[in-house]
Amino acid sequence: MAAINGAPNAPVRVDPTRLKHKFTRNLKERGIEFVLMFCGLVAVFTTIAITVILVYESIGFFSFVSVWDFLTGTIWSPLFANPQYGILPLISGTLTITVIALIVAVPMGTIIAIWLSEFAPHHVREAVKPALELIAAVPTIVFGYFALLFVTPLLQGTILPDLPGFNMLVPGIVIGVATIPTIASLAEDAMRAVPMAMREGAYAMGSNKMQVALSVVMPAAVSGVVAAYVLAAARAIGETMIVAIAAGQNANFTFNPMESAATLTAYIAQVSLGDLEHGSVAYRSIFAAGLVLLVMTLVLNVGGHFLRRRYRKAY
Amino acid sequence: MDTPMADTPMAQGSPTARQAPDLARLRSRIASAERRQKIFAIVGVLCTSFAVLVLLAAFLDLLFDGLPRISGDFLTNFPSRRAEQAGILSAWVGSALVMLVTMLSAVPIGIGAAIYLEEYARKNWFTDLIEINVANLAGVPSIVYGLLALGLFVYQFGFGESVLTAGLTLGLLILPIVIVSSREALRAVPIHIREAAYGVGATRWQMVSDHLVPYSRGGMMTGVILGMAEAIGQTAPIITIGALTFIAFLPPPPIGAEFPFLNFEWLMSEFTVLPIQMYNWVSRPDKAFQLNAAAAGVILLLMTLVMNGLAIYLRYQVRKKIKW
Repeated sequence: MAAINGAPNAPVRVDPTRLKHKFTRNLKERGIEFVLMFCGLVAVFTTIAITVILVYESIGFFSFVSVWDFLTGTIWSPLFANPQYGILPLISGTLTITVIALIVAVPMGTIIAIWLSEFAPHHVREAVKPALELIAAVPTIVFGYFALLFVTPLLQGTILPDLPGFNMLVPGIVIGVATIPTIASLAEDAMRAVPMAMREGAYAMGSNKMQVALSVVMPAAVSGVVAAYVLAAARAIGETMIVAIAAGQNANFTFNPMESAATLTAYIAQVSLGDLEHGSVAYRSIFAAGLVLLVMTLVLNVGGHFLRRRYRKAY
Repeated sequence: MDTPMADTPMAQGSPTARQAPDLARLRSRIASAERRQKIFAIVGVLCTSFAVLVLLAAFLDLLFDGLPRISGDFLTNFPSRRAEQAGILSAWVGSALVMLVTMLSAVPIGIGAAIYLEEYARKNWFTDLIEINVANLAGVPSIVYGLLALGLFVYQFGFGESVLTAGLTLGLLILPIVIVSSREALRAVPIHIREAAYGVGATRWQMVSDHLVPYSRGGMMTGVILGMAEAIGQTAPIITIGALTFIAFLPPPPIGAEFPFLNFEWLMSEFTVLPIQMYNWVSRPDKAFQLNAAAAGVILLLMTLVMNGLAIYLRYQVRKKIKW
């Protein structure tokens, strides 16, 4: 200030109140940074808390049930008078439904993604993409209603008259349909990220749209497309309400989609709805089931991460 | 994929005598590739319309079943043993209160974390740790959040099966969505805005609060709305914390007539939410209750669609308006 006011050589005198002001200002800045860092740490705390709680309650559970019996037993009946804790029926139910969902969602999602990215006119894509996002946001309980009260009666009335009211086929199909938008949207993003120059190169060589889509765009986008599949699989494994409503909730060691069964998630929901005594074996069993569920999705997510890295090409 | 280029006459530089049959072969190849492309285009259209039609069928089915049940009484009645008199008053009030807690917990923490990661943190193992955690949390099944809440909020913290527990659970659940979209919004603000603010002597927080947050507000709002739309349809985590399915009373109102006008008893109150009320009705064999479930579903669907539509519109507006 002094310099500007026309006394170039006068020593600058700093007002002591301004020094004090600077100190409080820095203190405030530090405090704010600390608070913001704490906000970021909430994510870390959440992960730690999930792990600690699941492992802690599971350890309690495994003091009643041996790990070997848990992992190899084929009867799951924690709520019966003579309880047995073999997780395999829940895993078989989870896997069967997930596989059915993927059989529906992967081909459909991929074809829709290719079509949107390479074939559809611009204005169609601009309309379909937000519609897909909108569909992906529909609460799954709505799809559960659809599965139990629309799709199952429809299949019973037409091609599968022997289909029981509760089965694994319908929830699998409905989860698949509910997942199509996720796969289509993510895979399309990956395909759009492939540089135009690569397509133009192929077109210049005389390729048609399909040849470009399948031999240029797909290989280049494969990491993103596979990541979409993995995310869809993780979603299907963790899906609760569609299964809880339409699959029947009785743990049944079978891979037959025509039978009713329970999944890991459906079991947790079923037990939580009943009267649950804190600290009982049944209470702890839902944490053990949750731990298995978490490990399964974690394996998928980590696997997806490495797949992405393995196939990642920098353009 | 075989390319039609591999053995064309040109590539082989073949004599004129062989050109005629090769040309015919080439033409047939191109024609068959063309045919396959047409077939694929048709398959693409069919798949897309099939997916859209199935989903449309789902919504129409719900709409036809549920719409006749929706009336003023349905919105202002408590659940009842008689299907015709049952309503969703406690459910939508519960949903609204839980959403309030979710918003108040997830929005400040999510935006704070985003600001920290984008503007404050140095790139080191510590921020890597936070980022990996955020990405990882986005992939955790929602019911696992319910187990976390059951162990931590319900029993460790002693919050019980309350509005507070449910709100905080859903807050944690949508935290990754809020963080990711807020970071994107912050990243979209160009660097010279920051430099200009620092250039006139702003501190980091002054720069953030006076410039970055106001400029990226639209993008952040989009993320918050998407997160809330996700939260309002969540059923599994709320079931897991032990919410009751039959609630025929309202939590105490948050705003009172007497001083201090606000009370917080509702935070600890028992509650039910719309998706749980719907689940309760779906799983009954009585057709009349299933129609109630459809009606609750229509309202739930409407709320999520409106919120998502709002977010899409907002994003569109933000993209259109801002030209740096």
